[in-house]
Amino acid sequence: MNSDTVGQWLDIGPVTQIKAGTGRTLPVLGGEEIAVFLTTRGEYFALVNKCPHKHGPLSEGLVHGDSVTCPLHNWRISLRTGEALGDDRGCTPTIPLKVESGRLFLLREAVLAPRRQAEAGTCALDTAA
Amino acid sequence: MNAIFPFPDTPGSREKLVVIGNGMAGCRTVEEVLARAPGRFDITIIGAEPRVNYNRIMLSPVLAGEKAFDDIIINGPQWYADNAIALISGDPAEMIDREAHTVVTRGGLVLPYDRLVIATGSDPFIIPVPGHDLVGVVTFRDLDDVDRMIAAAEAGETEGSNAAVVIGGGLLGLEAAHGLALRGMQVTVVHLMSTLMERQLDEAAGWLLRQELERRGHTILTSANTKAILGAAGRVAGIVLEDGTRIRADLVVMAAGIKPSVALAKAAGLACERGIVVDDHMVTSDPAILAVGECVQHRGACYGLVAPIWEMCRALADCLTGVGSGRGYEGSVTSTKLKVSGIDVFSAGDFSGGEGSEDVVMRDAAHGIYKRLVIKDNRLIGAVLYGDTADGNWYFDLLRRQEDIAAIRQSLIFGQAYAAGGAGGDPHAAVAALSDDAEVCGCNGVSKGAVISAINEGAHSVAALRSTCKASASCGSCTNIVESLLALTLGAEVEAGPKTLCGCTSFTHDDVRRLILERNLKSIPQVMQELHWSTPEGCASCRPALNYYLLCAWPGEYADDETSRFVNERLHANIQKDGTYSVVPRMWGGITSPRELRAIADVVEKYNAPMVKVTGGQRLDIFGIRKEDLPAVWADLNAAGMVSGHAYGKALRTVKTCVGSEWCRFGTQDSTGLGVKIEQATWGSYMPHKFKIAVSGCPRNCAEATIKDFGIVCVDSGYELHVGGNGGIKVRVTDFLCKVETEAEAMEHCLAFIQLYREEAHYLERTAPWIERKGLEWLKAQLFTDPDRISRLAARFRLSQKYWQIDPWAGRAAGAHHDLHQHLAEVRPLALEKAQ
Ligand SMILES: Cc1cc2nc3c(=O)[nH]c(=O)nc-3n(C[C@H](O)[C@H](O)[C@H](O)COP(=O)(O)OP(=O)(O)OC[C@H]3O[C@@H](n4cnc5c(N)ncnc54)[C@H](O)[C@@H]3O)c2cc1C
Ligand code: HEM
Ligand code: SF4
Ligand code: FES
Repeated sequence: MNSDTVGQWLDIGPVTQIKAGTGRTLPVLGGEEIAVFLTTRGEYFALVNKCPHKHGPLSEGLVHGDSVTCPLHNWRISLRTGEALGDDRGCTPTIPLKVESGRLFLLREAVLAPRRQAEAGTCALDTAA
Repeated sequence: MNAIFPFPDTPGSREKLVVIGNGMAGCRTVEEVLARAPGRFDITIIGAEPRVNYNRIMLSPVLAGEKAFDDIIINGPQWYADNAIALISGDPAEMIDREAHTVVTRGGLVLPYDRLVIATGSDPFIIPVPGHDLVGVVTFRDLDDVDRMIAAAEAGETEGSNAAVVIGGGLLGLEAAHGLALRGMQVTVVHLMSTLMERQLDEAAGWLLRQELERRGHTILTSANTKAILGAAGRVAGIVLEDGTRIRADLVVMAAGIKPSVALAKAAGLACERGIVVDDHMVTSDPAILAVGECVQHRGACYGLVAPIWEMCRALADCLTGVGSGRGYEGSVTSTKLKVSGIDVFSAGDFSGGEGSEDVVMRDAAHGIYKRLVIKDNRLIGAVLYGDTADGNWYFDLLRRQEDIAAIRQSLIFGQAYAAGGAGGDPHAAVAALSDDAEVCGCNGVSKGAVISAINEGAHSVAALRSTCKASASCGSCTNIVESLLALTLGAEVEAGPKTLCGCTSFTHDDVRRLILERNLKSIPQVMQELHWSTPEGCASCRPALNYYLLCAWPGEYADDETSRFVNERLHANIQKDGTYSVVPRMWGGITSPRELRAIADVVEKYNAPMVKVTGGQRLDIFGIRKEDLPAVWADLNAAGMVSGHAYGKALRTVKTCVGSEWCRFGTQDSTGLGVKIEQATWGSYMPHKFKIAVSGCPRNCAEATIKDFGIVCVDSGYELHVGGNGGIKVRVTDFLCKVETEAEAMEHCLAFIQLYREEAHYLERTAPWIERKGLEWLKAQLFTDPDRISRLAARFRLSQKYWQIDPWAGRAAGAHHDLHQHLAEVRPLALEKAQ
């Protein structure tokens, strides 16, 4: 990233909005709702707010280390990679996030089209059963 | 004070090297250059601070009064003179003219350069809250800041008011707090995160650190967000937190972080992101300009510690002089130690626990020690040590060298001496080498010989040993040794003990509950430390269990831990498969009124609830409510006099009744009235699992009382009490407990049974499996042997209800925890497109 790419990052407000060990949500009109997490270790993560299993809202799960347990059927999802952990298979797109001057920024393209962004990598949200 | 040293006579042939920043990186760079190519450059250092080069990290001991400024000077005036370095101090560089190859200072000096090094360090991050610019708000970065703090402490001493607030519970903030406390100030540390030094420590170590600091008299506020700094007569007077708490202060220290000082470089058009972007040779986007220290960003990383900076300085000097390995700088793994006397904390590497990483945890409660190693692919990738940091450097070395630790893995946690010692790294061998009278269990004074004879007498599991010879029955720190002794004595015949609470501990649910009471354990991190949890933060099984055990053991004292509750209990509603929630208001004994029905009907229409349904427990369930609407829904229901129905909780759910003697021609007693009374006495109480009650007015039992956790069947002569029933997957009919004559007795027995269940059952164990596990006879013995037992249990239940019988909806409706219900913001793609 060069300094002239400033503006591709979307300011979503101060870091203080999220309590350690919890997630909060960011609805995207006409797009996928995003879940933003702060771990007890002080790391921030953003993912599409849908469990790869049956689209449970990950934002409401219990956060442990750098994973979240989905509130619906207890799949564990890595906040870092979006991958389901353990024996489960599936993946939720992650949204690049940065912290600057006490504020949170999400990568604008990824917010608008998380699937496309993710498909460029390895992860696409499966259409759920 | 400009140019405290005269410009040396410069033969024009030498290359001109100008360094901006007279700090740690700037001067070390010059030292490295001089060591490689003495005399090659004509060197000028520009420093904003009006003094010579000193050791910034030692400002903490200066503040604490342990060192004086003279002790921390790295290079005094003589060094500049000896090496013909011109120092322009107290006059910051203000502009870099890359075309003219000059630097202009604020004082107007124009300095030509051939090569320029930027080493401007960092600026303290000032949280932009109202009042941040008041007199008495200071940062902690240079000697002037330290002088300001010392002056404030001394002024406070004479004026008799000396309260300091330190914003930020990281390394810097805690060192500031320590120094100020030693100077006689009353210190409060306000930290945004839930764990102190969360970048370096995990929850367990952060908790130990907090305990120690509190013991020393600091006030520590975590998860505390500063809203504003308050002033009086132009001076700071205190701060106010987001939750309204006010703290008085004569001094406020901002230690909330640092940001690389890039303004100068940015204005000169050099590529900057978070820091000044440099390559492996510390060269910026302009080949004539290099940068080093905290102001740079290398391979995406910025550093805030000196060790990486020394490596950068070497790479830069190699590049500048062409002498040396020329391999360049490849980034650093860092380690941290807190410089607070008497507290040993060490942390290194990555311990966020990514996929495929494993934790090895050792806790010694008696000595306040916590050690955690994180291992991945047979390499050590992170370490956190509290209380005993002697092996920190050894671990850091293993970590940096990426050494394969497979061979010493078993004994790694015991430290270098042990892993490398004669025992060959085998913990069994070390135990075998102990003499028979060596004390194995310090808590209960059990020797190795005693454990072995207990094993020979038939105690073939850890649990059996705990109950026979008491080894490892108290704090559990000797469990490893006891397990080794079992393995050594029995070979493969060791029996698996009863199921432990979860994989994080060797204790069972019962052990944990007993020890919480015996040892006065009052918080989750304390339980984990004292009982030697093998994981740093516990897991999704033990956290909610411990949270429940603690709130049951210490009503009124224990503060509920929201992060240890499942979503339903956190949001006080039931999550549905589409992520919306269902809301069940309480209807006492299943009775409702036009007012309540109207309020429910209004809510259904106002929030477009797609469905209302009558539940199996005689309540109305409103479906499809969005989490952001929950507080408003609750406010509407509260207004009609309804409270939470706890349909979402491991708690009292409903009391189902039939119409009884009031209406029914068969009714023998007022079953509805009793049900209402019981529900009013028991609602709000958290339990090991959900709990359902029913009262039927006669043996026809229309309220299905005999498949409830507690069921009352009214008969002519009184009340038959039934326990341990269950619908659900495995239907179980209740056991008959006893018959009582009066309504008051029925109530008292109900409360006593509930309290016994609350105190004895395992978390997530319904009454049915609990009674099957313990037996009906056990239950009857518990309740009826001692004639006072029932009233004592009931009294404990009432005490707990004093604190827990609160409507969680009312608080939320009034705005508590609104962050749990509200979105961060909303993104509208159209607005986005326009902005582009
Ligand atoms: C109280 C305290 C305790 C610390 N403890 C530790 C520790 O225990 N361990 C550890 O590893 N690290 C510690 N650190 C961090 C360590 O001090 C820094 O990482 C290190 O000082 C960074 O070196 P630097 O040269 O990049 O920046 P600095 O040492 O800050 O030097 C930069 C210098 O440049 C000057 N400057 C800035 N702009 C200009 C300009 N335009 N013109 C001229 N001069 C300018 C500044 O005044 C400053 O003197 C501590 C820091 C503090 C403040
Ligand atoms: C002579 C026999 C019975 C009579 C006269 C009778 C009468 C009643 C009455 C008056 C009610 C309404 C009570 C109320 O909800 O306020 C009722 C409800 C009910 N009865 Fe019976 N009943 C009889 C037998 C049974 C039996 C044998 C069963 C099942 C085992 C049963 C199951 C129920 C149930 C499930 C309800 C609904 C309770 C509720 O959820 O509201 N009844 N009965
Ligand atoms: S249980 Fe007895 S009293 Fe109650 S409604 Fe049924 S028949 Fe009537
Ligand atoms: S939807 Fe997440 S586990 Fe089923």
